[in-house]
Amino acid sequence: MAIEGADIIKAAAFLGAGISMGIGAIGPGVGEGMAAAKACEAIGKNPKEAGLLTRTMLVGQAVSESTGIYSLVIALLLLFVV
Amino acid sequence: MSYDVHIWLNAAAFVGAGLSMGLGAIGAGIGEGFTAACATSAISRNPEASGEIFKTMLVGQAIAETAGIFGLVIAMMLLFIENPNPSFIRVAVFIGAGLCMGFGAIGSGVGGGFPAGEACTGIARQPAMTKRLNTTMLVGSSICQTPSIFALVTALILLFSDFSAHPLFPTWAAVLGAGLACGIAAIGPGLGDGLVAGACCSAVARQPLAATAATTTMLLGMAVTETTAIYGLLVSFILIFKTFPATNALAPAMALLGAGLCMGIGAIGPGIGEGLTARSAVGQVGKNQDNSAELVRVMLVGQAVSESTGIYSLVIALVLIFVV
Repeated sequence: MAIEGADIIKAAAFLGAGISMGIGAIGPGVGEGMAAAKACEAIGKNPKEAGLLTRTMLVGQAVSESTGIYSLVIALLLLFVV
Repeated sequence: MSYDVHIWLNAAAFVGAGLSMGLGAIGAGIGEGFTAACATSAISRNPEASGEIFKTMLVGQAIAETAGIFGLVIAMMLLFIENPNPSFIRVAVFIGAGLCMGFGAIGSGVGGGFPAGEACTGIARQPAMTKRLNTTMLVGSSICQTPSIFALVTALILLFSDFSAHPLFPTWAAVLGAGLACGIAAIGPGLGDGLVAGACCSAVARQPLAATAATTTMLLGMAVTETTAIYGLLVSFILIFKTFPATNALAPAMALLGAGLCMGIGAIGPGIGEGLTARSAVGQVGKNQDNSAELVRVMLVGQAVSESTGIYSLVIALVLIFVV
């Protein structure tokens, strides 16, 4: 079995893409879940402000999502560009 | 250095058995310890209910133990397995099956301990609700075991599939990836489900009138939490049942291994996050069930957003398998 340099680089890029997206998904997943949990608690205490609370939750989650999207971008770059 | 296939197969089976039982013991140990801790403080608070609390503790621990027993079963099978048609693919199969069951038992073991512990605390607080608490605990901790059952199924399929017609490269990476995808993906949902079921037991004890609303919310929340484990199962089935063309290059093999790792690790975060969301929603429904429609709506929206990174992982895993 002959392994060439270009093959090793491609193999590393594929493995790197998987690891990037996999580990990158942990933080946003847990963080967004915490934001949603606090939103549920707040709505339980003050149901009248449900609209405002849902909006705040979604904006906060969108910001928290950004690192997950960075991981996705890096994974796609590793797969198709590098 | 010997290249006799039988020696390598034996060695791989022993390593796989060690991984399966070693990793598989983590979850059940922590979960049952949590249950016992809760039962102890519950008995100190209400010694008159000690008989019921003791019974509930044992039943709950028995269910949390399931995941550990699965690990033992796969380890035993690996120790005594026959090799009718030895090939080097089986080396990867043995290690993959061990990793799958070992990682797969962690989440369900820890998660199964939460509802049992909260049920013990609840019986001390509200002895009249003992029966209802036991039912809720049984339902909740049984659902917690599903991710570990997925891992058991994948490990058994790996062990009993005949890969002898497949090319060694890159099938070795596909079977290893399949084990990792299903096994690691079971950690998050198992833990998350446990948080939800624990909150439901606590809600039933605090506010018996809201028991039905809390249980409904629990079931819905657990079902959504489970989704990323199902993605892991899906990816590992694709990796097991798809035939990959023979190749001498390293890149296709690493793409398959990367797909398994990506889906497996990517499912941990959403599983735990969605569980946290549903735990709070169930707790609030228990406090005031009039708000349950609004709470379920917000819970589902929040869980859907939290799911997104799990879906990105699924997409990248599928691209690694089918596109590159």
